[in-house]
Amino acid sequence: MTGESVATDAVAELTDLAVWFPTPAGVVHAVDGVSLTVRRGETLGLVGESGSGKSTTGLALLRLVEPTAGTVQVAGQDVTRWSRRRLRRLRRRVAMVFQDPQASLDPRHTVGASIAEPLAVHRLAASGAARRDRVAELLDLVGLRRDLAERHPHELSGGQRQRVGIARALAGEPDLIVLDEPIASLDLSVQAQIMNLLRGLQRELGLTYLFIAHDLAAVEHMSDQVAVMYLGRIVESGTPAQIWREPAHPYTAALLSAVPVADPPVQRGRQRIILAGDVPSPIDPPTGCRFRTRCPQARPDCAQTDPVLVEIGSGHQAACLFAGEAVRAMRAQPVNASSP
Amino acid sequence: MSGNGDSTSRRALVALGRDPLAVTGGVVLVLLVVAGLAGSWLAPAGINEVDVDRMLQSPSWAHPFGTDELGRDVLSRVLVAARVSLQVGAVSVGIALLAGVTLGLFAGYYQGWLDNVLMRCMDVLFAFPVLLLAVAIVAVLGPGLSTAMVAIGVVYTPIFARVTRAGVLSVREQVFVRAAVATGASDLRIMRRHVLPNIAAPLIVQTSLSLAFAILSEAALSFLGLGVQPPEPAWGRMLYDGRGFVTDAWWLGFFPGAAIFLTVLAFNLVGDALRDVLDPRQLTVSEARRNAG
Repeated sequence: MTGESVATDAVAELTDLAVWFPTPAGVVHAVDGVSLTVRRGETLGLVGESGSGKSTTGLALLRLVEPTAGTVQVAGQDVTRWSRRRLRRLRRRVAMVFQDPQASLDPRHTVGASIAEPLAVHRLAASGAARRDRVAELLDLVGLRRDLAERHPHELSGGQRQRVGIARALAGEPDLIVLDEPIASLDLSVQAQIMNLLRGLQRELGLTYLFIAHDLAAVEHMSDQVAVMYLGRIVESGTPAQIWREPAHPYTAALLSAVPVADPPVQRGRQRIILAGDVPSPIDPPTGCRFRTRCPQARPDCAQTDPVLVEIGSGHQAACLFAGEAVRAMRAQPVNASSP
Repeated sequence: MSGNGDSTSRRALVALGRDPLAVTGGVVLVLLVVAGLAGSWLAPAGINEVDVDRMLQSPSWAHPFGTDELGRDVLSRVLVAARVSLQVGAVSVGIALLAGVTLGLFAGYYQGWLDNVLMRCMDVLFAFPVLLLAVAIVAVLGPGLSTAMVAIGVVYTPIFARVTRAGVLSVREQVFVRAAVATGASDLRIMRRHVLPNIAAPLIVQTSLSLAFAILSEAALSFLGLGVQPPEPAWGRMLYDGRGFVTDAWWLGFFPGAAIFLTVLAFNLVGDALRDVLDPRQLTVSEARRNAG
């Protein structure tokens, strides 16, 4: 079954992925039937609230969590059942950048040692000198001074640390880099620098990203494709233009209305859609549509039928029984939409 | 890890230097090590120079610690015995450290049934009184210096296993460990390169405290005749031999006893001070301050 279904340009493909975690309180359905494709040289933006399963989806690509069902394919190979030994090869093909650069760097290792870890693990440097050269090269790539290799993470700023995290991800020349909210814990001014760096590196090196974020604004300018997750499912996917111009799922519309517009008159005139309540427990997701408990446009049918992703435009999919219609109704009837 | 390790240990050393108790303990330890290394050279007399003409002499300029029932110089014997104590401490704690850290690492890292099996075995060992267990092991292996060291090492293994496991449990949840897994690093590499360096502080503290207990245990075993065999001098054995003369020749028991007391006290002082200095919470607070400032 290796690779038939993988398009030639697909670096990674998830098919009906489910990741469930047994807990004392019950089984957590962190990811519950997610299919997505990351194409070579592109960025797939994966957006959702905390608890939506977006990070778990990213971890599944490195097999850092065990898939309960479904398949994970990377570079045309089905890695779903790979042994621990072979997984090390997978983890050279797929690298990861973490949200908190401080926590993701070993405080006792120098910057150089952290960046060189993939080189050491996969024996990519013939000698100590070759390793140092490669580290220097990687530091150049991410815009850090070479002498920082001797420093420790606590001597660096947050932005510098995240550059180190990116350099480490680049070290093994991976096919895919999973960026797990790489700018979420950085200062606003630094966020832009890191975004520019990531974009520049992608152009220069032809990198492929899975960009995980909790708001649509972060991925807008970066992504070729966007997928919106809610409670373990993808509720809408398409190009950024499709998602922005004509969101078809009420949840996407609510997320979009939370993105501020840098134009005061427009911002004042906009309709904010504020969702009531919290994300329901992934231990016991709602019947039918998972979003119905918070959806301003929920109708009786929504409790009965579990909507599947359907094509509503070229490459634009949404999992809503009333795709498009519900969003139009929400925007027309602000009273229904807003709650305290 | 060298640079940060250096700066951490430098900070720790500076803080130790400000603690008068730690300095006192350190000075005693240095003297002890000097005695251990150069004891037979420093000793004014041979340890087995029997002289019936000067039996049981009280302390004097010629024999500052007096002489024993065979006329041997007590000072010389106390000095030379320091080597045995240090050797027992180092070897037995070395055994406990190696075994305990290995078991604790695997138990804490893999958890599950391995953790259960290993730690329940440690609990069984831990349940016995230290000396009783040591005596039992020596009884099986036969008395002597090396069996005493093995016995003491086994007895102190569980404490190292527990300290290590507790550290591993907190470190393995850190993001940097997950990041290392994500690069494809093997379990052994992660344990060696990421987990161990980050739990070094509590292990250093435990080592210095255990050295004190190990030396005390050796003294107790020797006192019971299960450790160092005569005529080789050992503090515990000298204490035992001196007990019959407590009323007539107090110096026979007093000086070896004082040596045991001072050594154990010194290791404890240094261990306690290290614990304060290397307290992981203090480290995080000071590091957090550095990062904030």
